[in-house]
Amino acid sequence: MNQRLFRPFPRGRQSGRSALASALRIARALFISQYALMLEFRAEILLWALSGVMPLLMFSLWSSAPAGAAAGISPQAFARYFLAAFVVRQFTVVWVVYAFEEDNLLGRLSPLLLQPLPLVWRYAAAHLAEQATRLPFVMAMVALFFLAVPEAVWIPSPARLLLALLAAHLGFWLNFLLQHAITMLCFWSERASALERFLFMPYLFLSGMLAPLDLYPEAVRRFALLTPFPSMLYVPAQLASGGAIDALAAFRTVALWLAVLIPLNLLLWRAGVRRYAAMGG
Amino acid sequence: MPIVSARGLSRSFRVSEKDPGLAGTVRHFLKRRVRTVVAVRDLEFTIEPGEMVGFLGPNGAGKTTTLKMLSGLLHPSGGRVEVAGHVPARREAAFLRRITLVMGQKQQLIWDLPPLDSLRVNAAVYGLDDREAARRISELAEMLELGEELHRPVRKLSLGQRMKAELMAALLHRPQVLFLDEPTLGLDVNAQAAMRRFLADYNRRHGATVLLTSHYMADITALCPRVLLIHAGSLFHDGSLEQLTQRLAPRREVRLELADTLPDSAFSGYGELESCSGRDVRLLVDRDRLTTVVGRLLADLPVLDLEVRDPPIEDIIGRLFRQGSIEQP
Repeated sequence: MNQRLFRPFPRGRQSGRSALASALRIARALFISQYALMLEFRAEILLWALSGVMPLLMFSLWSSAPAGAAAGISPQAFARYFLAAFVVRQFTVVWVVYAFEEDNLLGRLSPLLLQPLPLVWRYAAAHLAEQATRLPFVMAMVALFFLAVPEAVWIPSPARLLLALLAAHLGFWLNFLLQHAITMLCFWSERASALERFLFMPYLFLSGMLAPLDLYPEAVRRFALLTPFPSMLYVPAQLASGGAIDALAAFRTVALWLAVLIPLNLLLWRAGVRRYAAMGG
Repeated sequence: MPIVSARGLSRSFRVSEKDPGLAGTVRHFLKRRVRTVVAVRDLEFTIEPGEMVGFLGPNGAGKTTTLKMLSGLLHPSGGRVEVAGHVPARREAAFLRRITLVMGQKQQLIWDLPPLDSLRVNAAVYGLDDREAARRISELAEMLELGEELHRPVRKLSLGQRMKAELMAALLHRPQVLFLDEPTLGLDVNAQAAMRRFLADYNRRHGATVLLTSHYMADITALCPRVLLIHAGSLFHDGSLEQLTQRLAPRREVRLELADTLPDSAFSGYGELESCSGRDVRLLVDRDRLTTVVGRLLADLPVLDLEVRDPPIEDIIGRLFRQGSIEQP
């Protein structure tokens, strides 16, 4: 099996530049088609975006709780953190397991598996296109939040903003690869999404969605920071909202998890395709 | 040199079974009962470049499983298969660029977008530049008589238009080997005929090899000089449709219109009397005695008109499929 997860299949002898040009052309075509598809469902995307308001709900809970003050977090810092968490969450949502599971059950995988392009390209393009579609809704939500809570208005420094964007994007890829690894289990089980649902609990608790990790006991906080979950929410939200964070350590953790998840996905993909038996075969 | 070759090709699946009711459900939950089902058994055949071959067999005979093994979607449990010089299960890029598999009930087009969007993606995936992609799209659209439809969302297209667009997507990279699984399934008579014209034209223009399954015998009779018939996973016939007819229907039907009515006993000695209704008589006569019997009928009986015909191939295959069993001659 010479199929690779992240590289389009080689087309004879290609120079590095032409392979890159070919990859970019594929990525562009996939993104454009997926963006067009997402725009067909803008109302649905709006509802999905609205359904991600849990960080804002948590803000309303925490803003009146004494624990924040005890931990030295002002209501204003809470507002900024949870708004940033809301925005980060919008751009790190991953649903690849559900899309793959549906494609598998409906037999849509077969024609796609016969193309010289690993499937992960299509799902990644769909996620990125969805993020692009969400962007205007998210900006509108941020504007509304600032109207409602004017004391929370802030503009992050360019350096912090860039780091936050990078962290959010890496957090998305980390989440994507984690869920994609689970997705590959669809080759063995038709209901791999059950495992993904199970993982939502540690994500909820350890990502910083319920509360900034600074409110957790020190031991729990340290443990959480070793897992991939804070990189998907807490780290970029802290960077964006101006909270204290060891950015270097956070990026090191991301790199470590990427180094684990990329080969794991490759292994599972190769083994999964070998295992693949199309439905109704 | 054959472009497709299968030697002892076999595939079996493990399927779990469950008894009905609560007890069956509990047993199934505690311990899965698994059975091995042989879908394809020791299949042997070769196909030369440019051939159009019909692949026949009743439901569950193993046709789709075989096509999936030939296209690399399924790994064989046993035997060897080679397509266009490649082992399909390795799914090498050079192999994937030379084949296509079209399944009548499965689709690759993005449902909510016009076919052109999917075609653009395919063009990028197969490394076609914009000019070449536009040229091929225009050629295929002309051959398939598609125009405005390419700009409408796939979900708004009729089944026939959708199938044509699916074919466009599957053939844009101009594959040399086409595996077509029920490409005319559900289409009306006109759409079926258009699809057949297209496939014949494509085969002529590009010298493509086609292995086609269909339950519509008209597809096979119009396109495939050679047929493979499999039954219960094993190859039963490899040859022309005519040979298959002779093998499965060794007798021909002789229809007579007589000047007078005659008793049934008047036809004994000619063949099996199939029906006798007034002056219209139908007899089944062994092929090897046909000439002699026709001569005797004309000499012995007051015949106004005589017609010799093969039982329709649909009837022969249909009967075979319904019976679900084949008696080896």
